[in-house]
Amino acid sequence: MTRLGDLERAVMDVLWDSVPTTSDGVTVREVADALDGRELAYTTVMTVLDRLAGKGMVQREREGRAWRYRAAASREAHIAQLMLDALDLGGSRDAALVRFARSVTGTEADVLRAALGAQAGLTDRVDGPRAGRARRADEATDR
Amino acid sequence: MAFAVHFAASMLACWLTAQVLAASTWPWRAPRVAIVCWQAVGLALGLSAMGLPMAWGLAPYDRPTGGALLALATDLTHGTLPVGVGPVHLGLVGVGFGIGVVLLATTVRSVHATVRAQRRHRNLLTLVARQDPTVPGALVLDHPSAAAYCLPGVRPRVVVSAGTLDLLDRAELAAVLTHERAHAQERHDLVLLPFTALCRALPWFRWVRDAHERVALLVEMRADDKARELHAEASLAGALRRFAACDDRITPVGALGVGDRDLDVRVQRLMLADRPPRVIAATALAVAATLVALPVSLFLN
Repeated sequence: MTRLGDLERAVMDVLWDSVPTTSDGVTVREVADALDGRELAYTTVMTVLDRLAGKGMVQREREGRAWRYRAAASREAHIAQLMLDALDLGGSRDAALVRFARSVTGTEADVLRAALGAQAGLTDRVDGPRAGRARRADEATDR
Repeated sequence: MAFAVHFAASMLACWLTAQVLAASTWPWRAPRVAIVCWQAVGLALGLSAMGLPMAWGLAPYDRPTGGALLALATDLTHGTLPVGVGPVHLGLVGVGFGIGVVLLATTVRSVHATVRAQRRHRNLLTLVARQDPTVPGALVLDHPSAAAYCLPGVRPRVVVSAGTLDLLDRAELAAVLTHERAHAQERHDLVLLPFTALCRALPWFRWVRDAHERVALLVEMRADDKARELHAEASLAGALRRFAACDDRITPVGALGVGDRDLDVRVQRLMLADRPPRVIAATALAVAATLVALPVSLFLN
């Protein structure tokens, strides 16, 4: 894992684990404080948050002179997305994943999709075409 | 005209070979040879599909297609077409080039989409997957459903879900991981790529999808073979059965998916310790080489 990937992960872990979903986000300073053990410069944390915002992983809102950041979607939703890809239920073979075997119950597939749907607007924001793909996947399962 | 007939014959030969390949069971004993044969069929078919309209349009030249194309290019630059070459002929040559462009463009688009999807998947994995001491070298996704897969690429990732860790015992898990690593090492994604692209280019042709599914199954069998080199067959078969059992629980009664049948076939072949069919394999490779050589020689002669 690259150092940058490592940092991004650490920052996301803070946003996922230490920020209550009801809160309206944290400032760069608060993230840096939560990552105390790593002794990161304020600007480093800001850069990482900026990159994550560029990737659609975090959302930010301006509050006064500072930005407040929060995760765009829960960790569970992202895992659900990966599982849909992995189980070929995403309706797209683009990722060209070679899977050992498919093993998922119809209910499980619904649960996976629900995990995505529960993130209001996530599909549009993080990955536009995904919503259409999910529909096609439904048709595929129905046959 | 004779050259167009040759291209048509080459297409027919491809079709026949595909039929034989699809109907035989020896490919299960020699998956690698069978994969090469499918690739040869695909390549020869693509070349012939381009060559047929071209050769037809170039019939007035009465020369092999490659030479005739050069002659046509020279004539076009001089603005003088030989007697007998009309708009219809030029149109046919255009169709030939069109087919080539479509095939190439689809492949490029397919590669592009794949690279993007894989990058996205890889980025997400970095953020949410964890390493686990029970599966060194692999990533674990904390999800109760069972999945084991390989994200191919220059830096491939083998991923298993927490559901898989619960489902399989130690030996079975080790066999599955070797299976996935084989996919990564032998770049099976690249093997499947042209067939995926072909499915995109010709989505309404059933046989193209069939060919894709056959090759996908052969690739799994090849990875199974790599896994059985290192692990007991029983472990791999056990893992397959457990995945299949998971599936049965859920598949609606009477609706056996393709996946189920493929799993059965894979388990059954692990139970038989057949020697690889050397004579058939050698014959198949010779046929494959001939298939590709036919349209190539028609272009080059």
